Parts: sequence; structure tokens; C-alpha cells
Amino acid sequence: MFPDDEIVSALPRVVMGETLAVIIDYDAGNLRSVQRACAEIGLEAEITADPERVKQADRVIFPGVGAAGSAMRSLCRRGMDVALKTVIDSGRPVLGICLGLQISLDRSEENNQRTLGFIPGDVRRFRFDNPELKIPHMGWNEVRVLKPHPLLEGIEAGDEFYFVHGYFPQPQDQADVYAVTEYESEFASAIARGNYFATQFHPEKSGRVGLRLLAKFKDWDGRC
Amino acid sequence: MLSKRLIACLDVRDGKLAKSVKFIDTRDIGDPVEKAREYYEDGLDELVFYDITASSDKRNIMLDVVEKVAEQVFIPLSVGGGVRSVADATDLRLAGAEKINVNSAAVQRPALISECAEAIGDQNIVLSMDIRRVERNKEFPSGYEIVINGGRTPMGIDALEWALKGEKLGAGELVINSIDADGTRDGYELTLTALLAQAVRIPVIASGGAGKPEHLYDVLTTGKADAALVASMVHYGDYTVSELKQYLHDQGVKMRMSW
Repeated sequence: MFPDDEIVSALPRVVMGETLAVIIDYDAGNLRSVQRACAEIGLEAEITADPERVKQADRVIFPGVGAAGSAMRSLCRRGMDVALKTVIDSGRPVLGICLGLQISLDRSEENNQRTLGFIPGDVRRFRFDNPELKIPHMGWNEVRVLKPHPLLEGIEAGDEFYFVHGYFPQPQDQADVYAVTEYESEFASAIARGNYFATQFHPEKSGRVGLRLLAKFKDWDGRC
Repeated sequence: MLSKRLIACLDVRDGKLAKSVKFIDTRDIGDPVEKAREYYEDGLDELVFYDITASSDKRNIMLDVVEKVAEQVFIPLSVGGGVRSVADATDLRLAGAEKINVNSAAVQRPALISECAEAIGDQNIVLSMDIRRVERNKEFPSGYEIVINGGRTPMGIDALEWALKGEKLGAGELVINSIDADGTRDGYELTLTALLAQAVRIPVIASGGAGKPEHLYDVLTTGKADAALVASMVHYGDYTVSELKQYLHDQGVKMRMSW
């Protein structure tokens, strides 16, 4: 019916004032659960492995589970590292989730991997003498907000989010840490700098409080 | 501090909800998608679907159920029953399952655990074990044996040994299901649960035997479990998810209380 599909698909978002949201696909986990949770709060997000599409996006979700080494190889092979850097430098909102957060730091102890370095710091493995503390840190745990951020609005004392991870982020600069969670000792569970915000927990699997965070991201202008 | 988890298990046969009693008789008790949504809204921490469909040509029905649930339930979703290959695991993951449970097929071919762990990540592969009490001897130093086929086939494998092997092969979590306790509503098998929970570093889910809130308290404290799995006690409306969580919270067990 229409001569050019690309123009047709581009039209509505211009006309309606809608924006393009993408979820970065780099073979690192169950992206559809992120997509479904976004749909639930009215954010239609496209899953894409195309770095050009990411560069065009108005907001970007950078999820991920799995290991730092293979994730980095997969990102770089596609040129997705460059695309992501472009978006972050442009000031558009980016949300990192779990491994997405971890590989945004400089280095991970997992696979002793050099990572993207958007935020100074490294990622370390949980080590406990107490055998009752299981690894991975798996389940629901409290997220204690240290300072206000538009995406953390509405979180109350006692609100819990779903975590699954064996490694934890250690940002170099305390100013980047917006929320902490206790697992024997406290670690950074939400970090942010400018238009980049990332959680160690999974908002897409954290019930109502997680959906609310995603809804805040949907409306976020990238400023804090 | 990490909360203990309350997990509800929904047995699904031909796309409908069923609850096994002693693994022999099953009867339908409703629509799995509706039940899942109800529990989610009532504060459930995690959901497990177990496919007990007998014929393999009806397996796609399960993918459909998973897909529908994943669209409206935003907590971790775990699916098991008849997973024999990485392809089975991947199909379920694509349909919306977070975690994949392997059971009988892993006992028969342990490499299935490492293959799935490699394909979908350690933390997403759950080793579900059906276990019965036996006389402690040279063959079964722990006094517990692994069984398969819904408890009908003893495998001559010591349960503790299998748990440790499963962890080594890359399982991210264990489900400890006592065949002796399952369906009795007399309480979880505390000795077994504590034995395995203290032997591994990965989280442990206790399953089989829950009938009263006290049973959940016992298995999360004395039994050292990280999570308690319930089925009939919530499916038949004897207790609600939020009642159980409130009870545990009042007893001093750390639970997620706002949702």
C-alpha cells in the first residue's frame, strides 16, 4: 500500500510526537521480559541489535544477564559500544540494568574484563566467610535511596526489588551512588551520572515498584 | 537484608491447573493465568509452573500459558517439567520464563545442566530434585535417594551427592522436593532440607508437605531454606499469599511486605 515502509513507520512518531525507545540486544538475556514490563507502563520499546537504530533512539535501555567477558565481546563485535557511547554523550536518557550496569564501569573481576568505562569504578565478586550467605545474591532486597533522583521518586523505606547477581558494582566516586542495598555489607544498587542511570536490580521483575521506576524512565528528560 | 521468598507452584496439564497429591492423582482447579495474576497481586515473590502434560505433542500449550502469564505478571517466573534439551529451555525462555527447572532429564544426562547453564546463564538454571528417604548405608550415605518419574523410579543416586554435583555443573538454585512429604500437608522434610541447604552455596527452595503457616516458618528457620514453595495450601483457598507472608513476618522472618 505504501511505497516506503521506513517512511511510514517513521511518520507516526513525528506526527504524534512519539519517541523511539530501544532495548539493546547483544545476546545477554531475556529482553522480552524488559519489553513486556515497558509495554505494561505504556512504553513501546523496540528490541534491536542494530547500532544505527540505537543511535537514532530517543531513549535506550541497556539490560543484560550473563558474564562480563562474553557480553563485552558481543557488544564490541556489533559496534554497539560505540553506539551506546554516542547516545550517552548526546544527553539522551539511558537505563542500564544488572549486567548493563556492571559493564558500564571500567573493569570487572568477572573474566578480569576491561569494560565500557562510562562511570569510573570496578565490579567485584561477592566473597563471604559466612556460609549462610548464598551466592548469587538472589531474591528480593531493600533498596535504600541515598539521595533524590527522578527515577527513584516514590520509593519508600521497606520497598524491595528483585536481584540476581554474583558480582557487585563499586563506583570510584561516591557521588555516582544513588541507592544502596545490604548483603552482609552495603553495595551500590543504583548509580547515575547525568543522563545515565543504572540499577543492579531488575525493575522488570520487581512488581509494582519496579514498574513505577520504568514509568519514571519513560518520562525522564535525562536530567537530575 | 535479603528476604526469604514465598513461591507458589502451579502444576499445569494440557494448559489447565492441576495439583498432584502424592504424585498419583491430579485434578483440575482452574485457569493458570488467572491464578498467577491473583497471586502476583497478593504479593507472591516468585512463580513456578510445572508442566505435567503427558503427551509431547501438547507441549506448545505450555508455551502459550507461559507467554500469557509473562505479559501480566512482573515477578520471576520459573518453568519446568519435561525439559530435555537446551532447545526446550530456550523455547520456554523466549515465551517469558526467567528460570528453567530441570529434573529427570538431568538425572539421566547430567550434562544437560551445564549445557543449559552455558546457554541461558547459571543463575537461570534450577535443579529440581525429587527425593525419598531410604536407609542410610554405603550406597546412600545421606540417607536420601534421588527418584524420577514423579517418584516412581528410584535412581540409586545419593541425594546429597547429586546436589553437590548439580551445583558443580552450574545449577544456580536447587529445589528440594520430598516425595515422602509431598501432598501430606504434614510439613516439609526439615532434616533433608537443612542437610542440603548447608552443603551448597547456592540458594535452596524447599518443596513438598506444606499445610500450615508454621510449616513455612519451620523450613525457613530450622530447615535453612532460602525459599518455601507452596501449592495446595493456597490453590484451594485455605490461605492467601499475603496471609502467609504476614504470618512469617510477624514471626520475625524477613519477608517482602510491600508490593
